[in-house]
Amino acid sequence: MSHLLHRRLAATATAVALGASALTACGSSGGDRAADSGPVSLTYWAWAPGMDKVADLWNKKNPDIKVTVRKQASGDDLVTKIITAAKAHQAPDLVQAEYQALPTLVTNDVLADISGEVGDAKGKFAPGVWQQTTLGTDAVYAVPQDSGPMMFYYRADLFTQYGLTVPTTWDEFARTARALKKKAPDKALTTFSSNDAGLFAGLAQQAGARWWAIDGEKWKVAIDDPATRKVADFWGGLVAEGAVDNQPMYTPAWNKALNTGKQIAWVSAVWAPGTLTTAAPDTKGKWAMAPLPQWTKGQNATGSWGGSSTAVTNDSDHKAAAATFATWLNTDPEALNALVREGGIYPAATTAQTGDALAKAPDFFANQPDFYTRAAEIAKTTAPSSWGPNVNVAYAAFKDRFGAAAKARSGFGAALTGMQDATVADLKKQGFEVAP
Amino acid sequence: MTTNHRAARRRGTAYGVKAAPYGFLAPAVVLFALFFALPIGYALWLSLRKIEISGLGLGKGARQEVWAGLENYTATLTDAELGHGALRVLGYGAIVVPVMLGLALLFALLLDSERVRARSFSRLAIFLPYAIPGVIAALLWGFLYLPDVSPFHYALDRLGLPGPDLLDGGPLFLSLANIAVWGGTGFNMIVIYTSLRSIPAEVYEAAKLDGASPLQIALRVKIPMVAPSLVLTFFFSVIATLQVFSEPTTLKPLTNGVSTTWSPLMKVYNDAFVNGNIHAASATAVVLAAATFVLSFGLLRLANSRTAQGETR
Repeated sequence: MSHLLHRRLAATATAVALGASALTACGSSGGDRAADSGPVSLTYWAWAPGMDKVADLWNKKNPDIKVTVRKQASGDDLVTKIITAAKAHQAPDLVQAEYQALPTLVTNDVLADISGEVGDAKGKFAPGVWQQTTLGTDAVYAVPQDSGPMMFYYRADLFTQYGLTVPTTWDEFARTARALKKKAPDKALTTFSSNDAGLFAGLAQQAGARWWAIDGEKWKVAIDDPATRKVADFWGGLVAEGAVDNQPMYTPAWNKALNTGKQIAWVSAVWAPGTLTTAAPDTKGKWAMAPLPQWTKGQNATGSWGGSSTAVTNDSDHKAAAATFATWLNTDPEALNALVREGGIYPAATTAQTGDALAKAPDFFANQPDFYTRAAEIAKTTAPSSWGPNVNVAYAAFKDRFGAAAKARSGFGAALTGMQDATVADLKKQGFEVAP
Repeated sequence: MTTNHRAARRRGTAYGVKAAPYGFLAPAVVLFALFFALPIGYALWLSLRKIEISGLGLGKGARQEVWAGLENYTATLTDAELGHGALRVLGYGAIVVPVMLGLALLFALLLDSERVRARSFSRLAIFLPYAIPGVIAALLWGFLYLPDVSPFHYALDRLGLPGPDLLDGGPLFLSLANIAVWGGTGFNMIVIYTSLRSIPAEVYEAAKLDGASPLQIALRVKIPMVAPSLVLTFFFSVIATLQVFSEPTTLKPLTNGVSTTWSPLMKVYNDAFVNGNIHAASATAVVLAAATFVLSFGLLRLANSRTAQGETR
């Protein structure tokens, strides 16, 4: 999600206007938690575009709890800012955080356990999504906001032109890549990019990997597990034989390759239409979306790439009010509609995935009217994932080691071992208990 | 009574005169302490501490700042990746500094020669890249280096020639050095040129009367006389090279060839803002500052003793 949002941010540059502070004199009701007397003021650090407008909806209905949205930064930068603010006990009441950042925030003692306040919210999300907010404990550290179920995107016109069929398994995917190379040596099915570890994490998740887990009183790191190794060997092999490209994504060269049809497919997530709109504007209406290829025929699983949640901080003086807002924001139909409309997010709440706001396919995929119906089907098959307290270190190791291996086209086995070792070494160095 | 009074007044004036220098110094000392000594002291303090986590690291009190002694320094000095980064930067500097200063000297001498035309236009044209921010320059060159969008690669492709991968391996050093040379030559040229203009005309006249050719004047008169400004530009260039950060950081997303720890400063940034380990970052920063200090002043001393020798000869 973050990529789409980063891009949108740059494009829209929405003002951080607080909107009409809707403290109109319409009586006293609305504050459903009576613990706080008088109007409560909450600050919310988020980067989703249009979040201030969604907060306005809330402010109009709840004069007792006023939420102010501040755009401080996005993604990983925001995590750093929040941790710094929390050290000075100046963290905002609410924060937007990507799922993989939650353990980092929790181990820095930034996030409050809101399991007592979120009520029956759990039932409104796919289990694989909800479980990311608990870290596998009894606590609840956030309410899921958006998710990024992964899919396979391909140029329908070029697939027909080269006589290719849409791969349903990864074996077929490899055969398709080779067939294309034979027919058009200057083209590639796709690229293996080392500049966004989220993609690789999602692919590993689909194969059944759980990179971090809590094992009693210890962290267990399983990045170099059989499932991830299968994924790494598969892509390493394709890169080594030259069946797919090895250049990173999100570069001018990558945009051009997508726009001119030099690369004719992209393993991505539900937010891809937004990215393709800016990266490959000339190819509008030529793409199609299909489920991710599977490891065994007939299986039905996908990973997730991106997605974020709303969390309450320990510095908040009004945790109950903040948790109520977080729940409303991510489960109330009106709020979710506004989030989709204003922020262009793909909601994590299952009911909203087939809601009115997503009835129409994205403009870029007008040729696939049932885009969001299929997306909702795919989202249900999202495999669970779990994150640890040093995802940032693992991701940096991925970038450097897989980047070097992709450059050398030498297979990814050693890079994966290196990623595991770097992650474990960092945890131990920090003082975490690590299970062997 | 009057004498007493006068004596007291005289004493007061004497006291005032004595205190005056401190009064004048105070603003500078306060500013120095607040914005220089204090931050450095704080960095040193941070570098001697670390975060210790107990158990799973969840909940209150699981994360504590404790005394680390020289642990962070040991880690920094034994870090192989930092060593590789330092070597990469030295290799990069070995290209940048001589090429940039050589070109700057050459351009300055050419501009200073008598028969030059369009002097002020050329001076501006050479200086202009310096006015372009480093990040913009790196982006600009990055686009020119990327095979799929580069006009050079397009032209080579048309001619049927293979285009080199400029963002990888050995050529990557040349590509990065090129950005620095392109951006920095103008500034250094201006420094050297200014010092050339201040050489009195009689010196040239004397040389000409002795029958020296323009080339001989340049080599035997001009270069020795601008040696101090050459030393100065060399000093600046070495420091700038050791601090290289924005160019590789800007090129990083474009290629697999630049890692997140390509230069030592990138490692400091990564430690502080990606890994959230401000203590390790402080230790590395202190080591880097010390190394830069030793290296640049060592080279300066060496250069100064050389020029001093030249003068006595």
